[in-house]
Amino acid sequence: MHTKTIAELAAGLRDKAFSSEELTRETLARIRQHNEATNSFITVSDELALAQAREADRKLAAGEAGPLTGIPIAQKDIFCTDGVLTTCGSRMLENFIAPYDATVIRRFGQAGAVMVGKTNMDEFAMGSSNETSYYGPVRNPWDLDSVPGGSSGGSAAAVAALMVPGATGTDTGGSIRQPAALCGITGLKPTYGRVSRYGMIAFASSLDQAGPLARTAEDAALMLNAMAGFDERDSTSIEREVPDYSAELNRDLQGLKIGLPKEYFSEGLDDAVARVIEAAIDEYRKLGAEVVEISLPNSNLAVPVYYVVAPAECSSNLSRFDGVRFGHRCEDPRDLEDLYKRSRGEGFGAEVKRRIMIGTYALSAGYYDAYYLKAQKIRHLISDDFRQAFDKVDVIMGPTSPGTAFKLGEKTDDPITMYLSDIYTIAVNLAGLPGMSVPAGQVNGLPVGLQIIGNYFDESRLLNVAHRFQQVTDHHRQIPSGFA
Amino acid sequence: MSVDKSDIEKIAHLARLQIDEADVADYTTHLANILDLVAQMNSVDTEHVTPMAHPMDAVQRLREDVVTETNQREHFQAIAPQVEDGLYLVPRVIE
Repeated sequence: MHTKTIAELAAGLRDKAFSSEELTRETLARIRQHNEATNSFITVSDELALAQAREADRKLAAGEAGPLTGIPIAQKDIFCTDGVLTTCGSRMLENFIAPYDATVIRRFGQAGAVMVGKTNMDEFAMGSSNETSYYGPVRNPWDLDSVPGGSSGGSAAAVAALMVPGATGTDTGGSIRQPAALCGITGLKPTYGRVSRYGMIAFASSLDQAGPLARTAEDAALMLNAMAGFDERDSTSIEREVPDYSAELNRDLQGLKIGLPKEYFSEGLDDAVARVIEAAIDEYRKLGAEVVEISLPNSNLAVPVYYVVAPAECSSNLSRFDGVRFGHRCEDPRDLEDLYKRSRGEGFGAEVKRRIMIGTYALSAGYYDAYYLKAQKIRHLISDDFRQAFDKVDVIMGPTSPGTAFKLGEKTDDPITMYLSDIYTIAVNLAGLPGMSVPAGQVNGLPVGLQIIGNYFDESRLLNVAHRFQQVTDHHRQIPSGFA
Repeated sequence: MSVDKSDIEKIAHLARLQIDEADVADYTTHLANILDLVAQMNSVDTEHVTPMAHPMDAVQRLREDVVTETNQREHFQAIAPQVEDGLYLVPRVIE
């Protein structure tokens, strides 16, 4: 059962080939079997999952089921889940039983999905390798000595290891797309404002966006159908009709205009990865697409801008963790200042502290114009580059990541090297655009992801473009040995 | 960009973060490197560029000023480190 996609499992449930309870029990057993190797889950919610599965079986029997009813899904541990431990990968929230549901959790619940657990992640989603988690690094199912990418590394590894058919992630600078690429699965970061951020523990509020990780574009569409939509509890949620993301999957790609930014194929890109991406573009030519070179001239500024905007917003957002109302509190504080400083010093890990420090510096008196304001201006230039490109092309393609999965510990000593693993994904967040990563092949047994960037609210087209590729290729069907 | 020990201590205080003395050297190096990376922004003339606040130029939604949430104080305080009579307890601030 574990090799089936969400769409196939949904058909099996409808045809009564198996019940959701049977499927859920098997999924939980498979998580128990493989979690020691990958460390994908922080919490496995057996009892809750089985209760949800039995409720799903009742709905299926009553003919009240939707496409996700009874399907086991893993939730990134960044989403507050009522009555369930929600750690955000941090010691700060080691004891945090969330008192309410994030909108994403609520919507999966309404769709009848079964939550089997909460997945490991970089602490507060700050990382590109899942090594900053307080709960230990996640290992890549394709090579257990390599990272799965981050920050949604636990979700990506859980899907790649066939522990769950789908999982949620969040993407602030590439945290869905990059782990999807490194683990050989399909991931989608929607347009900013498409999916509610309510109850999703905030990192950088102007960039954060939740989305699905699955094995196919078809499954990602089913998940996005449940996730997307206006929410008055998120002040940046966009009030706009949600299309049926499954409806356009099979649309013909004849005449599709693909732009290849020359800046995404220059120095820093691994040669073998470049060849895999070029082969994928050739498949699109065969499908009738027209390929043109474009330029995104401010691409080189995306990483510098991001490392002002994201830390600035993080330092502000994480000021809520004060040891007073919830989360970690230090022992025997001398006074209030000691309580704040030690609770935060003990509760946060090194990378989170580093980013809080950078952000605090950038926002401190006298520096606002030189850093945050300057960054927000260049952000406008970066977003204008995309606007001009989308006047000429329908989608933009390139590599998701400059290389394949790197070894655990390889980049932990040098934050800058780690930051540069997101050079192709960050600009998409700064502009607020939707982006996907789909498996495009392998280099030395490790997966390579093709990034597809779309115009605002063009998720249907991205899914269509990814789905047609998956109809003529089998990169997304590869399974890491040891997890068959 | 040079950052020294006193800068690190000042920033850590502003952020209400306790930093181990042994880690100050690492913070100094890493922050200086990150600020060097960020300094690439200075190569761009942005005098006539407006800062981007939202990708779709959305503005803050307003709502009627009416109560929409119910009081869940006990529920929320159940996860607090220390409470008494519905109040969050912290060390004495005023002697």
